[in-house]
Amino acid sequence: MIRLLQRDLILALRAGGGFGLGLGFFLILVTLVPFGIGPNSERLAAIAPGILWLGALLACLLSLDRIFALDYEDGSLDLLATAPVPLEGVVAMKALAHWITTGLPLVIAAPILGVLLHLETAAYLWLIVTLLIGTPALSFIGAFGAAITVGLKRGGLLMSLLVLPLYIPTLIFGAEVVRRGALGFEVATPLMMQAAITAGAIALLPFAAAAAIRIALR
Amino acid sequence: MPDLGKYASDVLAAYGITAALLLGLIALSVVQSSRVKKRLKAAEERRKSDG
Amino acid sequence: MASLWEWANPHKFMTWTAKALPIISIAAAVVTVIGLIWGFFFTPDDYRQGATIKIFYIHVPTAMIAINAWLMMLIASLIWLIRRHHVSVLAAKAAAPVGLIMTLIALATGAIWGKPMWGTYWEWDPRLTSFLILFLFYLGYLALWEAIEDPDTAADLTSVLCLVGSVFALLSRYAVNFWNQGLHQGASLSLDKQENVADVFWYPALVALFGFVLMFVALVLLRTRTEIRKRRVHAIELRERVQG
Repeated sequence: MIRLLQRDLILALRAGGGFGLGLGFFLILVTLVPFGIGPNSERLAAIAPGILWLGALLACLLSLDRIFALDYEDGSLDLLATAPVPLEGVVAMKALAHWITTGLPLVIAAPILGVLLHLETAAYLWLIVTLLIGTPALSFIGAFGAAITVGLKRGGLLMSLLVLPLYIPTLIFGAEVVRRGALGFEVATPLMMQAAITAGAIALLPFAAAAAIRIALR
Repeated sequence: MPDLGKYASDVLAAYGITAALLLGLIALSVVQSSRVKKRLKAAEERRKSDG
Repeated sequence: MASLWEWANPHKFMTWTAKALPIISIAAAVVTVIGLIWGFFFTPDDYRQGATIKIFYIHVPTAMIAINAWLMMLIASLIWLIRRHHVSVLAAKAAAPVGLIMTLIALATGAIWGKPMWGTYWEWDPRLTSFLILFLFYLGYLALWEAIEDPDTAADLTSVLCLVGSVFALLSRYAVNFWNQGLHQGASLSLDKQENVADVFWYPALVALFGFVLMFVALVLLRTRTEIRKRRVHAIELRERVQG
């Protein structure tokens, strides 16, 4: 299992697309927002929580096809499916590798990009906390989406259509906590809801994703 | 025709859109049904003639 | 006694639906038309909503079917995953476009009603937002069916998606509730009569609802029959390709 994680991490690093691409996308998105909205700093501060969360979500989405597509093409997914390790564990490890290469850098980069959008000082802590709690859910939900579209030729666009609606609860609670944090309101309820979604996604979705892969490989 | 007052256009638009969508769906279902029926018939006859 | 599952045998299904479908279709048309004509011509205007109350005879039944169609798809998908009844999953596939159109009608009529009543076509109200999300789930489900060539793989994967999607649809419903308190009124057709609208509006709406339900059943049966036939054509063509 740990070997598998190492392998995926090394592959992601060697391919170069790992840490860089998602972050680059996040940066560009945040840079483009003021061009669309206007440079008014109050307005930017008001929408900053939502934009940062949306940016993280889209950056995550773009790198999802990496999770299974390459392994499917070169046949190593077949090997993994027949290997003496549970496929559920393989899926979980791959989702974890995706989170380490995509989610974690986003968590670290988000506060820096928050400066560009004049995010309220009180909100930084909550931005980091919610991203830390929420991005694993994005990776695990995404792994399910990637699993269900793995054998398809033009799976990319379809996957966004399938995965983005599943991201809605995480996005709502994440952005809500940051928004409330910026205004100094109570944040415990949405934060706990988000944590519950993440825990549920990590616990259950690997089973659904593994089932989908078995069907696709049949 | 009942007097719909100032909301006439809204009510009629709602009924119009509903009718259009539902009839479209029904027409589509019926057309698909008859098309597939024909294809099945042709396929089954081909199978029979092949023996 | 014959088992309940016998009804789901494709051959049996084709036989009994061939007889039942015309009856249900005619009943659906008659009941829907009666309900809507009753509502449209023979009910008074509401004292607050004026003539826009007439939109309610479409809006409420379609909205209820939009939700319950997904529920039916969920049950049918489960039956397929557990008992491998082909008719079951094909019924789920057949119900999806009907549910999609019902969702669209509920959204459209709601928007048209909202303009004069709330002063806006669209408000990010929990109920409206949930319906938009439901619409997206229908789109995703249908798109996945279209994308996969092998029919059994498609059936399995869409069923898994339907299960996971149901959980997330429910989660979204609560998340959206939390996110914005709305201006939509509560359920207008609950069985608890205390909360209901006045009888004059209730009875025609109930008839219309019954009509729409029959229409849903008729459309799903018709579309399921089409899907079964499609499957048969597919099987024959496959055999021809192998032999030829």
